Amino acid sequence: MTLQGVLDAVAAVLMVTGALLSLAAGVALLRFPDLLSRMHAAAKPQVLGLLLMLTGCAIRIATVVDITTMVLIAVFQLATAPVAAHMVGRAAYRDGQTRTDLLLTDELAPHLDRFSDKPDDKPSRFPATPPE
Amino acid sequence: MTYAAVAIAVLLTAACAMTLVRIVRGPTTLDRIVATDVLLAITATAILAEAAFSRDPTALPVLVVVSLLGITGSVAVARFVSREQDS
Repeated sequence: MTLQGVLDAVAAVLMVTGALLSLAAGVALLRFPDLLSRMHAAAKPQVLGLLLMLTGCAIRIATVVDITTMVLIAVFQLATAPVAAHMVGRAAYRDGQTRTDLLLTDELAPHLDRFSDKPDDKPSRFPATPPE
Repeated sequence: MTYAAVAIAVLLTAACAMTLVRIVRGPTTLDRIVATDVLLAITATAILAEAAFSRDPTALPVLVVVSLLGITGSVAVARFVSREQDS
């Protein structure tokens, strides 16, 4: 078996594994019961699946310019995916769209009053009448 | 290599179909946003697989833009959802 054949086989294994992670996320989106567990499964193709596919692609296309582009794709994806997941999870928790009966611990629950969005029980930082 | 290409195509198509079912069924806006993010990741994976199998790096700059801007939709809608709850 030539070196090219071995490299192609390694790339194929990496890319099939990445596609399997995408399939796992699809199954999990259908089967998991609530938003937080779906988000947990949704991160797999976004990070590990894309990185495996990028590695396979870098083995197949082995030029410096294209590998630089792939490193940029990996860096941007690793930097932005957690931010989006954080914003979605934050909005879900504040709106009460998470199933608290499925949680083992809820470390935010004792501090609910500190980020309540309801205007009447939030102490106003800007009083209606400015102090004299 | 052809077997790997067919296997990846089948796996990604099945994943896209299940993600689309979640987008249609909901039940909340945030569920749909998470499913849309997964759909975008699967699309990026498919574009990468095409680039790898044809050894053609033309589509790679598209993926740079996708990985940079994929965040904006979910962040904007997440803000919108909590703003909507206020009023």
